[in-house]
Amino acid sequence: MKVLDPTDEVRSAERSVNPRPEALDDLVVGLLDISKARGDVFLDRVEEVLNGRGITTKRYAKPTFTKPAPVDLRHEIAEQCHVVIEALAD
Amino acid sequence: MADRPGLPDGLVVVVKQDCATCRLVEPVLGELASRSELTVYTQDDPGFPGGVDPVDDTSLAVSWHHDIETVPSLLRVEAGVETERTVGWHRQRWEALTGIDALGVDLPDFRPGCGSLSVDPDKVDELRVRFGASTLRSRRVEFAEAEDEVEAMFDRGWTDGLPVVPPTEARVMAMLEGTTRAPDEVIASIPPNLAEGTVEKIAVNAVMAGCRPEYLPFVIAAVEASCSDSFNMHGLLATTYFSGPVIVANGPGTTRIGMNSGMNALGQGNRANATIGRALQLIIRNLGGGAPGGVDRATLGNPGKYTFCFAENEADSPWTSLAAERGFAADATTVTLFAGEGVRAVVDQLSRKPESLARSFAASLRSVGSVKLALAFDAMLVVSPEHARVFAEAGWDKDRLHAELAELLTIPGSDLVRDHDGIQEGLPEGFAGSDIPKFRDGGLLIVHAGGKAGLFSGIIGGWVSGASGSQTTTVEVRT
Repeated sequence: MKVLDPTDEVRSAERSVNPRPEALDDLVVGLLDISKARGDVFLDRVEEVLNGRGITTKRYAKPTFTKPAPVDLRHEIAEQCHVVIEALAD
Repeated sequence: MADRPGLPDGLVVVVKQDCATCRLVEPVLGELASRSELTVYTQDDPGFPGGVDPVDDTSLAVSWHHDIETVPSLLRVEAGVETERTVGWHRQRWEALTGIDALGVDLPDFRPGCGSLSVDPDKVDELRVRFGASTLRSRRVEFAEAEDEVEAMFDRGWTDGLPVVPPTEARVMAMLEGTTRAPDEVIASIPPNLAEGTVEKIAVNAVMAGCRPEYLPFVIAAVEASCSDSFNMHGLLATTYFSGPVIVANGPGTTRIGMNSGMNALGQGNRANATIGRALQLIIRNLGGGAPGGVDRATLGNPGKYTFCFAENEADSPWTSLAAERGFAADATTVTLFAGEGVRAVVDQLSRKPESLARSFAASLRSVGSVKLALAFDAMLVVSPEHARVFAEAGWDKDRLHAELAELLTIPGSDLVRDHDGIQEGLPEGFAGSDIPKFRDGGLLIVHAGGKAGLFSGIIGGWVSGASGSQTTTVEVRT
């Protein structure tokens, strides 16, 4: 039997992720709040710890957790940071 | 695809031997052949009719491509283009079309024709594939002969956990007969992978869901509505919350395709309800790539994520329909997409006064999401006929019920703040001094559906409401 493929016939485009750095020294770390409850509490503490080690951080927030990050925000983070930490979960 | 065969200039007649009218006009064809440029195509017997040297169309290619529905069909062709057509035997029309008088004077004036073999129900599926399938672009996937096709589709991850109908070329071609849209028309980008949602791919998944062709326009409209920015299907798929797309259909088309708006409207057993909702979910899964454990992160989910689709009972409703409230004409057929979770009951078998029943509804509606939260979730109230009658007999229209519920669902902020009633969940302390509406303006939808017996209504809780989450979205169903 021959059937028609119900999928988009392409695997999701492979998105290459940079290798995880050995250390954060001299790197700029983006902290992305996806706007879920208490994400800011988590990121505040992460920022405190990183800054205490002399690491530069930058804060970002998605407008709403229900939608993917706007393309402009993603570009801004990629331009300004070496790595990003996202407060993802509930 | 076999190329569309052209027609020769002059007169063209298509016949089959197995048609009494075609046999009746056999002498007329001989007469025309002697006086005019005539080509006769024969659908069954290459030797029929005698004396005119018929062209063999037993492949039915000419008949199919030139939409011959009746034999005999008499056509005039000029410069390769058909300019006139008449079907059956009708002396006056044949004379007018051919410009030749006194045709078949021994024959009766009129005899109806017979069905063309190219529209024979036993042949049409195969012909559609033979002459049209190569316009379909989807990759063909061949299963081994020894392979069980249902198992093969499970193995490929193409199902929602229940068996699906194999989307063969013949079935997909038949499905596409349900719409006038071209197979390559793109309806939407399907999340999460933003795949191209063509009519063809929608039809493939509609076949798998078990749809009939006449349901396809509803599925297309549901795709259009759900994959809009306002409805936000991506977020609804990805959420840890229970909800999924709920489809409420309105308008005369719902009756034409046999949707259920009555007894057990929200339950199982009606093919249109079941398969339209299921098709949408299969499209998100197969085409969009959104499956549980992948982008679908639901903590618990709900059984409505297999399918959740019903029609509003407008015929017996005392109220304006949901679609009319949302600005659509009464004769429009629409689908309204709501981001909903499961159904919970509102039992009230004693209220005979609308004030009492409204209070009953309001008390139950307070629990949507959490009794301690407000303005966070929308809700759909499905009012049954027996409950609706209580309001109708007291002269309450839908606007009145909306207004009364809005008032009853305005809650002192002090009841909602964190730690009130020993529950840590709640609104921030700053809301303590204000009165807070449970639902945002327009966030409570009311529809009329269900069986004639039963003093029960239903509440379908929503998801994150408004522009930051999902907004209820209505789209007209077009063929």
